Amino acid sequence: MTTLTPADRVAPQAPPAPRKGRRGKARAGKHLHGGKFTYAVLIVFTVISLFPLVWTAIAASRDNHRLAQNPPPFWFGGNLFKNLEIAWTDANMGTALLNTAIVAGSITVGTVVFSTLAGFAFAKLRFRFKNILLLLVIGTMMVPPQLSVVPLYMMVAKLQWTDQLQAVILPTLVSAFGVFFMRQYLIGALPTELIEAARVDGASSMRIVWHVVFPAARPAMAVLGMLTFVMAWNDFFWPIIALTQNGSPTVQVALTGLGRGYIPDQSVIMAGALLGTLPLLAVFVLFGKQIVGGIMQGAVKG
Amino acid sequence: MSGTTSKSGTAAPLSEGGAAPRRVGGGSSGPVRSERRRRLYRWDLKWSPYAFVAPFFVFFLAFGLFPLLYTGWASLHQVELTAPNDMEWIGLRNFSRLMEDEFFWNALRNTLTIGVLSTVPQLLIALGIAHLLNYKLRGSMFFRVAILTPYATSVAAATLVFVMLFGRDIGMINWALGQVGFGPVDWENGKWTSQLAVSTIVVWRWTGYNALIYLAAMQAIPNDLYESAALDGATRWQQFVHVTIPSLRPTILFTVVVSTIGATQLFGEPLLFNRGGGASGGANHQFQTLGLYLYEQGWVNLHLGRASAIAWTMFLILLLIGAVNWLVGRRLRKSS
Repeated sequence: MTTLTPADRVAPQAPPAPRKGRRGKARAGKHLHGGKFTYAVLIVFTVISLFPLVWTAIAASRDNHRLAQNPPPFWFGGNLFKNLEIAWTDANMGTALLNTAIVAGSITVGTVVFSTLAGFAFAKLRFRFKNILLLLVIGTMMVPPQLSVVPLYMMVAKLQWTDQLQAVILPTLVSAFGVFFMRQYLIGALPTELIEAARVDGASSMRIVWHVVFPAARPAMAVLGMLTFVMAWNDFFWPIIALTQNGSPTVQVALTGLGRGYIPDQSVIMAGALLGTLPLLAVFVLFGKQIVGGIMQGAVKG
Repeated sequence: MSGTTSKSGTAAPLSEGGAAPRRVGGGSSGPVRSERRRRLYRWDLKWSPYAFVAPFFVFFLAFGLFPLLYTGWASLHQVELTAPNDMEWIGLRNFSRLMEDEFFWNALRNTLTIGVLSTVPQLLIALGIAHLLNYKLRGSMFFRVAILTPYATSVAAATLVFVMLFGRDIGMINWALGQVGFGPVDWENGKWTSQLAVSTIVVWRWTGYNALIYLAAMQAIPNDLYESAALDGATRWQQFVHVTIPSLRPTILFTVVVSTIGATQLFGEPLLFNRGGGASGGANHQFQTLGLYLYEQGWVNLHLGRASAIAWTMFLILLLIGAVNWLVGRRLRKSS
């Protein structure tokens, strides 16, 4: 908090005739340029945010002997590919990555499709019990996953799904947040007249969903998809209960094995952590802007 | 998709009941066909909303609501992981034993302190960063993406890295402390130091995310508010305190609730911060959280009934926190 005062002093006082925001919206503070102090703080914060990731790569490129010395290494060594290979084969990271891709992919597709359907119904259609059902959806967002984990485990055990990927996919296939997110988006983004016009033309509800709702919802579907993918990829609590390191683990479960001394070599552990993080980092480099936009959009509407 | 099944399921009985209009339509096929289409149209209008929300509720009932209630049922029984179908009714004994269990109270205290240690700095720093990001900046999108990157890092990967950074003899953090003259800190074994270290991981992963949420809310504040404040002679700091913070109140409350829920469920960080493995949260249970204690009772000690009781206790605590938040929020609204 105290860091704010100097930044304010650096910023020019009394804005000269406020320009309109780029999109015609008046945006608070936007007309004020950040001063040197602002950049300095932000750069420090960026370094803190990125350093552990960079250091993961540095540690993964060294050998265990070097990591046991003081001071710790600050620059890359030559063992990266060797360590990645050991993590890939010995710790089964290859299989784990494939499993995680299947799990996160299925959950993403399911969540996006089901959320869009339900969100559309809640936003634009009329039916009995609509408000009660919507309240139920919002209420479920507050329920912690711990509360259902014991019976879920019993169900999975009874169905003999332990160590099978559907044990992780099915319970997470729908999301209350997703339904709410799509509803909020479609209320504004989908003109009711468009649906009525399609109905006058004799289109069935399924046709309307396919030809009107999905195209209108596409931007929000993309954002929800990316957020869901990140969440599903990183999910930890339920996978570690439902899956084991020796069965068909997700990356997170496999990493737990590494951390618990499954593999004693620190540099290999870091190589595994790197492997588990890289796919999402790639997603971030490609779609970072959209993910940022999605989180900010969800924040204002939620 | 389940949409088609539920539609055809409801279509059959209705078509029998809808025989009456056919007589009115007479013999010719044209009106009958259009009548049928009209009826189809009405069913479609009436039932497809249910078909659209059905998938969510089917999955929710099977994997959300049923387990939720069943947890309550199981918490009143003695159930072991080795034979989950043998349930012996013991009433509230799981709960009363929890109340007498020092490890439960220890876990509750730890959850509370780690929760405060992680949530308060996280939200304060996020507020500051959001304020800075709200200036007109070169490369503002770069900063936004960069500070959000930890959010893309999994609990497991992040904790493994921080375990190394917090190492006692060869960790980067102790090395840096040594450079400025502080002796090595035993991050894993001290009570406060280990809790601070676990909290650091949480703060690192979530501050950027919260900063973006604050930034979004800041950009929605109308400029006139700042202009009139400036006309009244308010400094930038006074504007921040008297315009920005009050406008952000609902958002702040929202992030407090969300982070509190997250803090109550803390699990992965303390599990993996314990290098020896196991769910004890350190040699002296010094950083065992409620989530970890639940896992230990259920999947290490195999007492599923007790684990269920812990789950319901956590839920009650969350409801309590929610109620307090709501009351505080109402107080704040009244006072403003």
